[in-house]
Amino acid sequence: MLSGLYNYWIAILLMAIGFYIVIAHNNLFTKMIGLNIFQTSVFILFISMGKVDGGTAPILSDAYTVYSNPLPHVLILTAIVVSVATTAVGLALIVNINRRYKTLDEHEIEQQELDQE
Amino acid sequence: MKNNPIIKQTSFLLIPVILLFGLYVQFHGDYGPGGGFQAGVLFASGLILYALIEGQAKAEQVFSMRLARILAASGLLLYAGVGVASMFLGANFLDYNVLAHDPLHGQHWGIFWVELGVGLTVTSVMLSIFYAFTHFK
Amino acid sequence: MEDFIIIFLLSLLTITAVAIIFMRNMLSVIMLGSIYSLLSAVIFVVLDAVDVAFTEAAVGAGISSVLFLSAFAVTGKRQVLKQKNKLIALITVSLTAAALLYATSDMPYVGDPNSPAQTHVASRYIEQSGSEIGIPNIVTSVLASYRGFDTLGEVAVVFTAMIAVLLLLLRREEDQEIDREK
Repeated sequence: MLSGLYNYWIAILLMAIGFYIVIAHNNLFTKMIGLNIFQTSVFILFISMGKVDGGTAPILSDAYTVYSNPLPHVLILTAIVVSVATTAVGLALIVNINRRYKTLDEHEIEQQELDQE
Repeated sequence: MKNNPIIKQTSFLLIPVILLFGLYVQFHGDYGPGGGFQAGVLFASGLILYALIEGQAKAEQVFSMRLARILAASGLLLYAGVGVASMFLGANFLDYNVLAHDPLHGQHWGIFWVELGVGLTVTSVMLSIFYAFTHFK
Repeated sequence: MEDFIIIFLLSLLTITAVAIIFMRNMLSVIMLGSIYSLLSAVIFVVLDAVDVAFTEAAVGAGISSVLFLSAFAVTGKRQVLKQKNKLIALITVSLTAAALLYATSDMPYVGDPNSPAQTHVASRYIEQSGSEIGIPNIVTSVLASYRGFDTLGEVAVVFTAMIAVLLLLLRREEDQEIDREK
């Protein structure tokens, strides 16, 4: 065992990477990918909490007695499906923004807004 | 992509397997990994593959947008309906124990119908979101 | 052994995420996003969450990528990927990450069977669901029966998302004519 906290550190690192993409990138499309990375890091954090040493997948069988915690699995399973639904809404908004401004660069969109005023 | 014979033939071999696997995951979710959410996504991805290969028009002959919207709503209604049914049988909302003559059977019935509702909704939602993006001009 | 597999996979995941930051091509960003989802699905298998892995592989690597690609096809291929405000972003992100890293020192170790997450309601699900619900897959019994109300809400959220997407993308023909007149 190198360290019991390694999973959490990587989850935080991934969260930081996703957060950085959301702030620093100019393209709305890449921001959506950054948000997805952010979401997946939270999933990894939750699933790591549910892991039990020596346990197996939570499907009852006579051959096993130790199971991992099923509760985070349930929460994250539904969260994944909801995440794809919200991604779809975000993409639909992006497609509409592209129709209106003919660009996905947030600084160009800002500039166009300023020019209009 | 539509005219590439290799992609076309491979997909036609794969689509029935994907749809069948989707049904397996739907009805075997009680015993192994799987359930309504996964089955819905798998089933939708089989139909999306068909839409990519044969074009939007042919895919809508199989599974029209109208049908997708109706099924999405009826899946949610089926889920809520199971809850209301258990209320009418004298238990709490979504308490499946009273749905059959003994509690274990009731739980089986309840989970079966609930998962079916989830599967219907997820399939139709994924498919109609995909249709909406490809329809967009 | 299992530890090394997890460390190896998590490192691959980090490399993929870092590669997304420096990528200049939109299509490669989308494909790397798909690879990222698939890798995290493998990690979920190693962490015993088979149901979650199944969903992530089908949704994250499959449907998500298809949606990204079809939205990309609509918005056009000429996308300029630039980074601005790098310094501000870096400072904000490192402060957040440092605070969270400090907080992990209080966390129980991964796999600890006596951690708070393991000792409350989860043990009841594992011990009782066999006799109360009677189906082997505990995740399904918690999802559909114990927490059925929660799942009803999730299905409603997915349904609402569909309505939102349809409203945003499929406008009536009159709207499009007004657009054309402009």
